Amino acid sequence: MPKRKDLNSILLIGSGPIVIGQACEFDYAGSQSLRSLREDGIETILINSNPATIMTDPSMADHVYLKPLTTKSIVEILKAHPQIDAVLPTMGGQTALNLCIEADKKGIWEDFGVELIGVDIDAINITEDREQFRELMLKIGVGMAPQATATSFLQGKEIAQEFGFPLVIRASYTLGGAGASIVYKAEDFDEQLSYGLEISPIHEVMIDKALMGWKEYELELLRDKNDNVVIICAIENMDPMGIHTGDSITVAPAMTLSDKTYQKMRDMAIHMMRSIGDFEGGCNVQFAVSPDEKEDIIAIEINPRVSRSSALASKATGYPIAKVATKLAIGYTLDELDNQITKSTSALFEPTLDYVIVKIPRWNFDKFEGSDRTLGLQMKSVGEVMGIGRSFQEALHKATQSLEIKRNGLGADGKGYKNYEQIISKLTIPSWDRVFVIYDAIQIGIPLSRIHEITKIDMWFLKQYEELHFLEKEISKYTIATLSKDLLLEAKQKGFADRQIAHMLDCYESEVYNKRTELNINRVYKLVDTCAAEFKAMTPYYYSTFEAEIETAEGARYVENDSIVTDKKKIVVLGSGPNRIGQGIEFDYCCVHGVLAAAECGYETIMINCNPETVSTDFDTADKLYFEPVFWEHIYDIIRHEKPEGVIVQLGGQTALKLAEKLSKYGIKIIGTSFESLDLAEDRGSFSELLKENDIPFPKFGVAETADEALTLSEELDFPLLVRPSYVLGGQGMKIVINKEELEEHVVDLLRKIPNNKLLLDHYLDGAIEAEADAICDGEDVYIIGIMEHIEPCGIHSGDSNATLPPFNLGELVMQQIKDHTKKIALALNTVGLINIQFAIKDEVVYIIEANPRASRTVPFIAKAYKEPYVNYATKVMLGEKKVKDFTFNPQLEGFAIKQPVFSFNKFPNVNKNLGPEMKSTGESILFIDSLKDDEFYNLYARRKMYLSK
Amino acid sequence: MKYQAKRKALILLSDGTIFHGKSVGDKEGTAFGEVCFNTGMTGYQEIFTDPSYFGQIMVTTNAHIGNYGVNKDEIESDSIKIAGLVCRNFSYDYSRALADDSLQGFLDANGLFAISDVDTRALVSYIRDNGAMNAVISTEVDNIEDLKKRLAEVPSMEGLELASKVSTKEPYFVGNDNASIKIAALDIGIKKNILRNLVKRDAYVKVFPYNATFEEMEAWNPDAYFISNGPGDPEPLTDAIAAAKKMIQTDKPVFGICLGHQILALANGVSTYKMHNGHRGINHPVLNLLNGKGEITSQNHGFAINREETEANDSLEITHVHLNDKTVAGIRMKNKDVFSVQYHPEASPGPHDADYLFDDFFGLIGKSIKHNEIV
Repeated sequence: MPKRKDLNSILLIGSGPIVIGQACEFDYAGSQSLRSLREDGIETILINSNPATIMTDPSMADHVYLKPLTTKSIVEILKAHPQIDAVLPTMGGQTALNLCIEADKKGIWEDFGVELIGVDIDAINITEDREQFRELMLKIGVGMAPQATATSFLQGKEIAQEFGFPLVIRASYTLGGAGASIVYKAEDFDEQLSYGLEISPIHEVMIDKALMGWKEYELELLRDKNDNVVIICAIENMDPMGIHTGDSITVAPAMTLSDKTYQKMRDMAIHMMRSIGDFEGGCNVQFAVSPDEKEDIIAIEINPRVSRSSALASKATGYPIAKVATKLAIGYTLDELDNQITKSTSALFEPTLDYVIVKIPRWNFDKFEGSDRTLGLQMKSVGEVMGIGRSFQEALHKATQSLEIKRNGLGADGKGYKNYEQIISKLTIPSWDRVFVIYDAIQIGIPLSRIHEITKIDMWFLKQYEELHFLEKEISKYTIATLSKDLLLEAKQKGFADRQIAHMLDCYESEVYNKRTELNINRVYKLVDTCAAEFKAMTPYYYSTFEAEIETAEGARYVENDSIVTDKKKIVVLGSGPNRIGQGIEFDYCCVHGVLAAAECGYETIMINCNPETVSTDFDTADKLYFEPVFWEHIYDIIRHEKPEGVIVQLGGQTALKLAEKLSKYGIKIIGTSFESLDLAEDRGSFSELLKENDIPFPKFGVAETADEALTLSEELDFPLLVRPSYVLGGQGMKIVINKEELEEHVVDLLRKIPNNKLLLDHYLDGAIEAEADAICDGEDVYIIGIMEHIEPCGIHSGDSNATLPPFNLGELVMQQIKDHTKKIALALNTVGLINIQFAIKDEVVYIIEANPRASRTVPFIAKAYKEPYVNYATKVMLGEKKVKDFTFNPQLEGFAIKQPVFSFNKFPNVNKNLGPEMKSTGESILFIDSLKDDEFYNLYARRKMYLSK
Repeated sequence: MKYQAKRKALILLSDGTIFHGKSVGDKEGTAFGEVCFNTGMTGYQEIFTDPSYFGQIMVTTNAHIGNYGVNKDEIESDSIKIAGLVCRNFSYDYSRALADDSLQGFLDANGLFAISDVDTRALVSYIRDNGAMNAVISTEVDNIEDLKKRLAEVPSMEGLELASKVSTKEPYFVGNDNASIKIAALDIGIKKNILRNLVKRDAYVKVFPYNATFEEMEAWNPDAYFISNGPGDPEPLTDAIAAAKKMIQTDKPVFGICLGHQILALANGVSTYKMHNGHRGINHPVLNLLNGKGEITSQNHGFAINREETEANDSLEITHVHLNDKTVAGIRMKNKDVFSVQYHPEASPGPHDADYLFDDFFGLIGKSIKHNEIV
């Protein structure tokens, strides 16, 4: 049966601002879903309050509503569009499902005759109500951990007495494991129980006996209306039960499951999905398996929607789950649909992998001073990376190289821990660095059995680590001159970076690079094709590896490369890597638009990124996708292979920008603003010279490399001072100090964390107003796309400030200064592309705080508020295809747009919520107001100084 | 444990192409067979012991092989049946509480030679594009010309009868002799899990050798007949085809799997052919034409039955098709309790989606017994 004829107009609910536990994977899902609906000629109406998303682009849906995710907004939309036939709530995470339930309870869907597709409310209720879920599982014979529900403190205490410790407390109807904790001791129980009851919107918690050390798995399912079910991917958590799956290192395919146990799990998953209700679409099921001879399988939970894991599963297999789930929701069956990768085989099949993927979460504990850094049941990571390789070891290495935490992979960089007690403690209390510490532990000779006993990580993974260690030791016996081709190839196949090998051989990275070039040990690219090469696939989704040689019958030797280079002119766009605070989805928005604009200019577009949650890594965004670490070695090899005209670095945030210097050094053309200009803007000394020459005021500042220098400087600059390291992201390590003691303390702390860094000290303009401007410049003309005024006073990081577009109380004179300064600076820096400038305004004088000649966090916000495709324009300017004067700008905004930061503090209960120069927000939403009399604005304005810290 | 060096090895295809690699366990060895690939991500032990793979050099596409060791209960016959193994990464160390041995130990005990570190993806694409062919895996890397000569002497799989090499020599019984149903199974390479599935449904099974006659089977007075899976080309299996022709003359239910399916087709006058590179994996989509539902199935075959001839055959009906290439995946005889599938409902390895076929078989047997009682 083909698609339903009665669905002509569908409302899609987005997931709102990015918070921990719900990130840009839902932009990826929603964007795919919208495209999928459009393919079938269905009118799409979208609601999402997050302006940094690609899905909220005017081109993505027929009607986009950037409105708060409330039932009030839903009613407004349904009134404006009485033609809406159905709502698809499964693409917007738990937020969308919760809103959908609320609207259902209020009878809104019924009132407007809107059908719910892709899920049924009963299914959501069953899976979210742990008591009901448990009863159902019991009924269908699926095992679960001993578990009971408590709706009161007393009830909770009784359950604890019955089960004994350790226990797990989970709050009902929460996101990303909020309110969940493992309690080992009776004395910690009361506090965690109260917290869980408090955080649950229905004040209910489930208490389970903790299955510590059980192996953890996730299955991603799709079902159609004929009740056909397929498993798209099985994901194994390397970190066993006890760490939230969003905070676990995960691997696909499952590495340590026999067919017998896997098939049993598969049967259970299908049975579970069928039992919770009758709906078409995606579903995620989590299981625990006992690591003993019984191999007992126990169900943990089931999510009847597209999830973070399904985004990962899509990227891991190539199978576009959200897209197909959407087709199923509108009535198609799996056997009617094509495999989107091969285009010749059926969508009713289960992808098979001939490679391994490893996902590692990215944490940002440094942004949450005083936070508990221990990993547990509550998700704390802010982003993730995925590494793809032809072995687990290679994938693990690539994932660690993608994290951008100044590590080159596992070991061989002199950064490992060597202290026994410290290592044991870091193994015992898992945190962001355990993935590295396991290697350190093996290096200093801690037996694998001991590491296993502490971490419960399956021995197979530990053995893989050990093999890497043996290889490192073997290689270290040689020098660059004596190392054999076989051994070098093996090291590369196992993912060691040139830099690591150089460390082992005590030589330069370039020597390793030259040696492997000489020996013909080159990266080749393989296709992610869903079918392990069984069928031809055309989809250009690649990862790199190293392979052994092949010899033709005629004796020619070669290494097979799936990525064939075309003779078209090409542009590489560097992505922004893992999401983190200060660099999130907004840069993915910019990259995607950069790719689309370059394609419009006739270029073959090549995207390089390693973040599986993103739209930029969707296989049909760019002409070619290299799912690779945004790490020099990988990028350089792609460039050597593809020989593009140039590389766009200004759209991928600091990650991409940081690589400009090396690209430039290697003679690779940087598209748009040159490296020299980027560097000039970053270098305070030269930049202030430039400002001086142009008569532009800036706060007094100085550079110090020691605490002594800083103290001397402070006398000249006067307190309060803003202290920060150079070349950092999102104001990392930035602080306002008011006296010498504080200054000394902070400088010592910074130099300990980031040795050999230059520190910048600025006189802090107390009580100033902050504003910022974004502009496009072609080297001759400058067009200011938007000027925003921060509602909070100067001193709160721009990413954490509420900002109004346009400014709400800046006078004519101030506005003129902002415009003049912006134009002068953009031209003086020879900007070609985007630039963002931040200002402090005091006593009607506009001072420059900083200038960033790149796409900024606010560009997507301005583009959404004014309904103009600024990144598209800027990319065309960068490419030299267009001049600023070629565009007709026509911004449309009545009233004001306010960018509101959104925080995830609830994940870090002990963290101080004060705001300052270091950014802490994880996401943002947009609010349109007609006038300054709006209550929302009044509230923000009244509270503006509340959280400011010194 | 320390760093393990491995000597050089290679796989040489009959068209002269060489893929370089390393010897598993640093052993010396040489093995000949027809190269094929299996795309399953689990179940290597079941695959290696499946008699249908007799004489084949198996390329596993999964990135790692051997991770969970081997277990004595997860075998499909008493020994390894493949002729050689080619993989990308071989796990010398395994992890599973239930395992009895490492995969390396199992290979050694069965004297099987294996090579690793081969670009298996390139090899699979090559087989996909150029078709299945004979090959040799060897550590004799300096002896290519000699290997080529010996390889040329290996017979082609087409026209090759292999059932005799894997079939039981003598009849034997499986299950409880008090069971309510008696099934005569013709072993042309039977997998243990088929027998487990029959016995589980309360059948007493007598397994007959490949060259057993219909009369020998009939003499036991079974309630139904079963024709198993197995290796090689079905056409040379004249004994089995002759027996099948007589089985379908009776009123008793007959069920065939894989090679058994091909035998039933041949018994109905439908020819078989060697496929380009076959179907081997546990993710093969099949559409059941009787109820419109899809199934994810375990498949392992290099030959298939002719679709046009089946459609033109008055006594046959196509019940299942492979969704990727529309080849025939299942047939039944009109007005007869005879049916067969090209794939493996017994799974092992693979999904259990087609488990119902055994239930269908037993349903037919139940009906047939009842009918005979009334008569």
